[in-house]
Amino acid sequence: MSIWEYANPKKFIATTTPVIPWAFGGAGVCILGGLAWGFFLTPEADKFGSSVKIIFVHVPSAMMAINAWAMMLVASLVWLIRRHHVSALAAKAAAPVGLTMTLIALFTGAVWGQPMWGTWWAWDPRLTSFLILGLFYLGYIALWEAIADPDQAADLTSVLCLVGSVFAILSRYAVNFWNQGLHQGATLSMDAEENIADVYWLPLLVCIAGFILLFLALVLMRTGTEIRVRRLRALERQAQRAVA
Amino acid sequence: MPDLGTYAVEVLASYAVTLALLGGLAGLSWRRWRRLRAEMERVERGRDG
Amino acid sequence: MKALLLRDLRLAVRAGGGFGLSLAFFLIVIVLIPFGVGPESAILARIGPGILWVAALLATLLSLDRQFALDHEDGALPLIATSPLPLEGVALAKALAHWLTTGLPLTLAAAPLGVLLNLQGPAYGWLVLTLALGTPALSVIGTFGAALTVGLRRGGLLLSLLVLPLYVPTLIFGAEAARRGAEGLAATTPLLMLSGITAGSLALLPFAAGAVLRINLR
Repeated sequence: MSIWEYANPKKFIATTTPVIPWAFGGAGVCILGGLAWGFFLTPEADKFGSSVKIIFVHVPSAMMAINAWAMMLVASLVWLIRRHHVSALAAKAAAPVGLTMTLIALFTGAVWGQPMWGTWWAWDPRLTSFLILGLFYLGYIALWEAIADPDQAADLTSVLCLVGSVFAILSRYAVNFWNQGLHQGATLSMDAEENIADVYWLPLLVCIAGFILLFLALVLMRTGTEIRVRRLRALERQAQRAVA
Repeated sequence: MPDLGTYAVEVLASYAVTLALLGGLAGLSWRRWRRLRAEMERVERGRDG
Repeated sequence: MKALLLRDLRLAVRAGGGFGLSLAFFLIVIVLIPFGVGPESAILARIGPGILWVAALLATLLSLDRQFALDHEDGALPLIATSPLPLEGVALAKALAHWLTTGLPLTLAAAPLGVLLNLQGPAYGWLVLTLALGTPALSVIGTFGAALTVGLRRGGLLLSLLVLPLYVPTLIFGAEAARRGAEGLAATTPLLMLSGITAGSLALLPFAAGAVLRINLR
């Protein structure tokens, strides 16, 4: 029994279909529970007032925005090296989810920034990096949409994902450097993982677990959809050939 | 409903947008999944029969 | 490789090659900027290096899709691919030809155009230096993007969407080095980073572009 057995599309669908409702259910319970916990039961922070409650959506979505890209990178590598179609389709399925997470992180960041820093948008290194990450997602999705032949699309997007990863990391450092050049040493981001009290940490953990489960459920479901799209197209072609 | 003080709009807006976006994505994915599963079954039944 | 390079250069310089097009675009953008932000020379001098960098980047972008599109349309690309030259070499030659016809003229034109933006003494040297170091990276990254989208309809628009995020680090370090140099601050670090990006792109991206071309020609 090895993990590569799931590269068989039929086996993949058969195995993951029963998992999806559970992942969805778990995600729903964790996200709603964690958010309710964070919303109703946490105290206000000294400096931030009630705006501290935004971290329960901001931090998990930001984490998943990056993790989704990492997952796409791994899936692209698997496709390029071992040529398993499920892997390429999983990367395709994850991109819109990652883009949504990036949008949520950007929106909640801007909304939080407005009262905290007095501006909707600051060219803070983290915000800027996320904006660039969003652009990478857009380009990746657009390239998938633009190419008709599925294998060619999978190949090209995989290479783009590899090259894009390198440049995304470069951009992260470049942006860091660039912004320090503007405001010496002034960092606007609050590092959420550090010096955060347990009151906030526990509901945050629940929310993070919920977002991970939701990502899992969405990617499995969307991958299954993509597999079926591919299979239907193949069947259609077969039928056309039979008629001709 | 806890008292959110000055930041009520911000907190509520970010929760609402997050849930709406996630819900929308999940809904869209779910609809497409169901449609394709139905279509798949139709095609496969047609092939056998 | 040399023959391919010479052929591309000749094609670019002759009519319809779009050799002067990106230079003219560069000029027009620079002329338009003061209309947009106002004629105060102090402001222009401050934003000048950055504006020139962004304009050079956009002018580079403009000419990218011609690299492979013409060869693809008239069927020369598969012929080139069957030549003994590996596709990685083809990509490098294309990038070099693109730089010689776009990046180099832009670099040289940046100094006289700087007068329009009221650049001060040391800014000229820094601007030309950073552009000379940075535009090769723009060309190679652009060649990779052009190779990705070769043969696609509406490829030009998609090309911009794919290439612009990849240009971010080059632009940041290039413009930052030019700005710091112009203001008399220490500019060694961004300059080294810029050179690093150029060297790295030159070394690695032709392989990615070659692989992508191979996929597209399959």
